[in-house]
Amino acid sequence: MDYAIVVALQIATGVATLVIISLGLAVVFGMMRVINLAHGEFLMLGGYSALLARGAGVNLWVALLVVPPLAVGLVGAIVERLLIRRLYGRMIDTMLATWGLSLALIGGVNMVFGNSISGFSAPLGSFVVGRFHVASYDMFLVVAAVVLSLAIWAVLRLTPAGLLARGTMQNPEMAAALGVAPERVYAVTFAAGAALSGLAGGLIAPVAGVVPTMGTAYIAKAFIAVITGGAAMLAGTLVASGLLGTVATAVTFLSTPVFGEVALLAVAIVLLRLLPRGITGRFLRRAL
Amino acid sequence: MTLGRRDALKSVLLAAGATLAAPAIMRHAALGADPIKVAGIHDASGGLDIYGKPMIACLEFAVDEVNAAGGLLGRPVELINYDPQSNIQLYTQFATQAATKDRVAVVHGGITSASREAIRPILRRFNTLYFYNTQYEGGVCDRNCFCTGSTPAQNVQKLIPYILEKWGKKVYVVAADYNYGQITAKWITKYTREGGGQVLAADFFPLDVTNFGPAISKIQAAKPDAVVSALVGGAHVSFYRQWAAAGMKKQIPMASTTFGDGSETVLLSPEENDGIIAAFSWFQEIDNPANTAFLEKFHAKFGARVPYIPPELPMRTYIGFNLWAEGVRRAKSIDRMKVIAALESGIALDTPAGKTVLDPKTHHCTLDVFLASAYGHGFKVLQTFPQQPPLDTAMVCDLKAHPNTNQQFVVDVKI
Repeated sequence: MDYAIVVALQIATGVATLVIISLGLAVVFGMMRVINLAHGEFLMLGGYSALLARGAGVNLWVALLVVPPLAVGLVGAIVERLLIRRLYGRMIDTMLATWGLSLALIGGVNMVFGNSISGFSAPLGSFVVGRFHVASYDMFLVVAAVVLSLAIWAVLRLTPAGLLARGTMQNPEMAAALGVAPERVYAVTFAAGAALSGLAGGLIAPVAGVVPTMGTAYIAKAFIAVITGGAAMLAGTLVASGLLGTVATAVTFLSTPVFGEVALLAVAIVLLRLLPRGITGRFLRRAL
Repeated sequence: MTLGRRDALKSVLLAAGATLAAPAIMRHAALGADPIKVAGIHDASGGLDIYGKPMIACLEFAVDEVNAAGGLLGRPVELINYDPQSNIQLYTQFATQAATKDRVAVVHGGITSASREAIRPILRRFNTLYFYNTQYEGGVCDRNCFCTGSTPAQNVQKLIPYILEKWGKKVYVVAADYNYGQITAKWITKYTREGGGQVLAADFFPLDVTNFGPAISKIQAAKPDAVVSALVGGAHVSFYRQWAAAGMKKQIPMASTTFGDGSETVLLSPEENDGIIAAFSWFQEIDNPANTAFLEKFHAKFGARVPYIPPELPMRTYIGFNLWAEGVRRAKSIDRMKVIAALESGIALDTPAGKTVLDPKTHHCTLDVFLASAYGHGFKVLQTFPQQPPLDTAMVCDLKAHPNTNQQFVVDVKI
């Protein structure tokens, strides 16, 4: 019984991790249709900003939850102003530019911090489930995923800013005709997506460690989650993460982490074969 | 090994790649002209840099020491360091470059067993002497190759009986998923069974795995008396973090065949380190006059760069170079076969790690082994086992009787 609970908790952690690393991409790609191949590097910058803040003696929670989104949000705003802004609607060019950006960021961080893994320990200790000890930070990740998803939903659905963002993404000309400046909405949305990616980097840093090339381990998973999710960016990402994370963690329990990864990819391929427009292309079509 | 068309093509491509490769860091000695070239191939970046950096420092230290004493055969030693960046392809490329372009007298290097098995055949083919200075899973039998680190009969065989007696008979193994981890898990299983214990399960993890949550839950479900880790590299350091974060340190004790080698005790906090048991052929903390003198000189030179020298690997690199240098002095030549013959004449060195004797039959070392417990940011030495011969390799390898052997023997144990 307690083993079942522990497996369920680990699956929840696996799903939550997938949600956390995908949300920033869901906003930038799912909403704005900008293929940001530097998403993984935004995570990496988030991890490094948390590490640096921690090293500078900043309070742990501030270093994890406040510094990374601010720092990477700022980077996102600059990147949008200098790079992305010129390339809206030019998907292939955007891919090329953001891929270049990704390489430049990896190289830059490599030069400054060196190509080695650093990290710090997860806070919160552990709790007991029957015969098992579980790291409390895993549960914190689950809570963080839920809170982040709710916050994004609330902002988009309940606030005027969210309405403007959704409207502008749907029809920029009409939004402009109604007196909204689309470029400003785009800029803010991109920066918000970057901030979410940064926060994700900060959140996973204590678990995974920080290294300049860490983004490559996450970007594929994030794209898989967002794309198999389909058109409804939030609902799609959540459903896809739920499905893929569950399969990957369950298979990891039954065999090894290698087969867990294999299972995740296999499920994604089957899903896209059956539902080429993503899960929300068929189900939950009216969701956000 | 037969040289097929494909292999020939591959080596041509490698050689071509090598000439285009990034320039290595050259260190010119201050002595006269015509230096003896020595190559070091160690990862100075990437996931394995936690091992490579201290090894490079110790190799530089050893070379400088020999040069300060007048060099070898009246010639200075020039060290050429290559950084394969934790990438096996670069290992083969740099080994080819060292052998064919730089024509070095000897190559010291290779950290993981995967990298050793990548460059060992290349150096043999190009008739370039090779020293592998890492503790590893044993069994390499190749007259061109000298393995100066400890092997399972020397370290695992000390570790396992200790934990079986101290903690209990049920053992759970977590290991890196490549030849070192797989073969070491077999040795752990062998010695556990010989000690009347039982290996409940062995889980293997690729070097880039960082999430050990499910693994830690599986271990708890199996309820072992002890966990033995043979995890490798920077990513796997997460295991020890997550183990401590899950509160497991107080529940199940841990021993390791690798913990500490990558400066884990420096990267982690004392709470995460304390009590993990390891067995190696050298710890910075061992107490003898030669070691004290070595540390004083070393820290004076590299103080900030390598504040704590992790166990085994850097010291074996230092000793490996000195064994080769002794071979050259005895051979009065850097010719490969003459040096091999001299090294097979029974060389013994008094080193900071105690006496090291090079065994002519196996090209492995008889050395002192120390059992230690992680403590603070270093280790506390618990027991000493003087002059342990490389019995595992000696069972299967006799280069005196069969000098043309060229293979790695693997222990036959089912987990």
